Amino acid sequence: MHAVGVLALLAASGYAVSVFPHSILAFLLFQASILALYLAPMRRWLKVALAVLALGVLMPAIGTVNGYYLEVATQVGIFVALALGLNIVVGLAGLLDLGYVAFFAVGAYLWAIFGSPQANQIFGGGFPLAPGWFFVFLLVGLAVAALTGVLLGLPVLRLRGDYLAIVTLGFGEVVRVLANNLDKPINLTNGPKGITPISRPPLPFDPARLPGVSLGLLYSLYFYFLVLLVLFVVIAVNQRLADSHIGRAWEAIREDETAAQAMGVPLVRTKLLAFACGASFAGVIGVLFAAKQVFINPESFTFLESIGVLAMVILGGMGSIPGPALGATIVTVLNLQVLKGLSLWLNDLRNSGTIVFGYNLADLPTQLEPAKYERMVFGLILVLMMIFRPEGILPARRRRRVLVDD
Amino acid sequence: MDYPLLLGIFPQVLLDGLILGFMYALVALGYTMVYGVLEFINFAHSEIFVTGAFVGVEILLSLQHAGLLDRVSPVLVLLLILGAGMTVSGLLAVAVERIAYRPLRGAPRLIPLISAIGVSFFLQDLIRLVESVWRNAFNLVYPGLEPLNRRFELTATVDVSVKALVVIAASLLMLLALHLLVNKTRLGTAIRAVAEDQATASLMGINVDRMISITFLIGGAMGGAAGVLFGVQYSLINPYTGFTPGLKAFTAAVLGGIGNIPGAMTGGLVLGLLEAFAASYLSLLTGGAFGAEYKDIFAFSVLILILIFRPQGLLGEVVRGRA
Repeated sequence: MHAVGVLALLAASGYAVSVFPHSILAFLLFQASILALYLAPMRRWLKVALAVLALGVLMPAIGTVNGYYLEVATQVGIFVALALGLNIVVGLAGLLDLGYVAFFAVGAYLWAIFGSPQANQIFGGGFPLAPGWFFVFLLVGLAVAALTGVLLGLPVLRLRGDYLAIVTLGFGEVVRVLANNLDKPINLTNGPKGITPISRPPLPFDPARLPGVSLGLLYSLYFYFLVLLVLFVVIAVNQRLADSHIGRAWEAIREDETAAQAMGVPLVRTKLLAFACGASFAGVIGVLFAAKQVFINPESFTFLESIGVLAMVILGGMGSIPGPALGATIVTVLNLQVLKGLSLWLNDLRNSGTIVFGYNLADLPTQLEPAKYERMVFGLILVLMMIFRPEGILPARRRRRVLVDD
Repeated sequence: MDYPLLLGIFPQVLLDGLILGFMYALVALGYTMVYGVLEFINFAHSEIFVTGAFVGVEILLSLQHAGLLDRVSPVLVLLLILGAGMTVSGLLAVAVERIAYRPLRGAPRLIPLISAIGVSFFLQDLIRLVESVWRNAFNLVYPGLEPLNRRFELTATVDVSVKALVVIAASLLMLLALHLLVNKTRLGTAIRAVAEDQATASLMGINVDRMISITFLIGGAMGGAAGVLFGVQYSLINPYTGFTPGLKAFTAAVLGGIGNIPGAMTGGLVLGLLEAFAASYLSLLTGGAFGAEYKDIFAFSVLILILIFRPQGLLGEVVRGRA
């Protein structure tokens, strides 16, 4: 019964997007139907089948109608993966990391430097590496980011929670300032100008065999599926970790450090593991991000991004897996579509010069651009969630004392 | 190495460091007072500071628009913007506490901290929104007050502007006033009692909620004053200006020992001087390989090192709760 409803919703929204390829509402309806699919009570295999249908067939089909939506979906996927990585650190282990995006930057810059001619500045010649190295660098990014996490974590994980937050914030800023300034004495990051062109991974088939499809669309689809694949792995690892003895140790630490220690949980080592796990996720996604964007600069790795990812985790529900995924989707769609849509609408109003109640809309301040108000959105999410629903929209099943007092 | 040059700029760097240091000290007081009472990092304090700067620039621009700026005595103008900035920032800090922190009192530590980060981001864009609608611009420049820009040459390489002297004098006065308020008045005693033990203070007939509000009022007013002085000294402001100075002022508070008022002053001065020297000498000492851009890293590294090796700070004996 529910399955039929969800299927009808999926079909209707897919049809709506194909009829109105530029309507935001139609695409939002499609996203809502995926949420309905998750929430509807039905058999597990049916749910999986419908999810494969929606994400594996319908979404790419929508992407061929309107490539921008495919871009949105890929971005959403990247942020869902990031939010799930941060969820390990903040949600499971209860360590507030305000510089999470630094690990993302480490991964992104790794592939950016070696996957572009940039590395010639250091080693003389022989770069960029062949595109196939991309897959190796997914692992290198994982390892280096995890190592960075351990190196940062070793000294600071002994600190109390709020100090840890500030130190990670400081670390995030340090990484950004380094990325901005390490264009001398050796040109490592090319400073604020950023690095381009970054190699993309090789297509799994010869694009000449599909003559009708543009190369741009092929790569968009390819990255969409790559992100989907990474996301699948991230979710699976997250699930396994949360249920393992490590996951339980993390939650024990989150609930009560002293009690956890008394039960024989080694505090620093367990926290370090959480830090390294979260960091390694960010590293892998960073490598993918650099390849997808082809161009990166320090602007993508600001404190704003770290807080954005934190807002996703908190909105959805710390410690749960569907929660941060939902949070990341809502926040990314809000930024990429709703705020941008408002900006365009306001621009149209301005250009139309219509007079409403004696006020000429052409006089609307030009500096007023809703697309630029991400911080206000993040801020409102954080404050309102903390006051009214600290456990998030889709809370974790296990009861949490950190959030809800007895 | 050019030793005469290194020595020659020394007094100037010292002076710049002192100005920066007093500014950090004023902002750091807001962090430290709130931490002393609630053991909570008021992340939104940097925006309270920026609000003061914006109140100041708005008054100056209005005066300029009305053609009054050159006709009123600059001392009066300065007192007006300082007073207005302190009032608005102080009241804003009280409102923020009432709305976003008080409902979370007693919740686990990270909850109010996350809320404070949210307030900080919200206020940044709120200032931007208000200025965009009102003035259609949010990067604003403080109009110069003529007598303040006058400079005295002390030696061939060292000069000092009137506004630098004003910043130093105003900061010193406020720090002194705060010191007297906290240590010599009944109100100060009550605040210290609340910081020591809320439950007992409340049994002694002290209205804890009111004392917390007053703490936010005083801290916010100091932040607002620092914002106005920041604008007068460095003239360029935007809604996001507060973030880095805010973080550094927090560093200063931790450096001096958080919760400790003389510590915040000391920490501010030490950090200001360290940063000024790093900014001027790093490039000279490394032959231009590492320039002044690294001064921010320098401040954050100080923070990380202090937290690892001496979390109680330079003067801090106040270590309560679990470390």
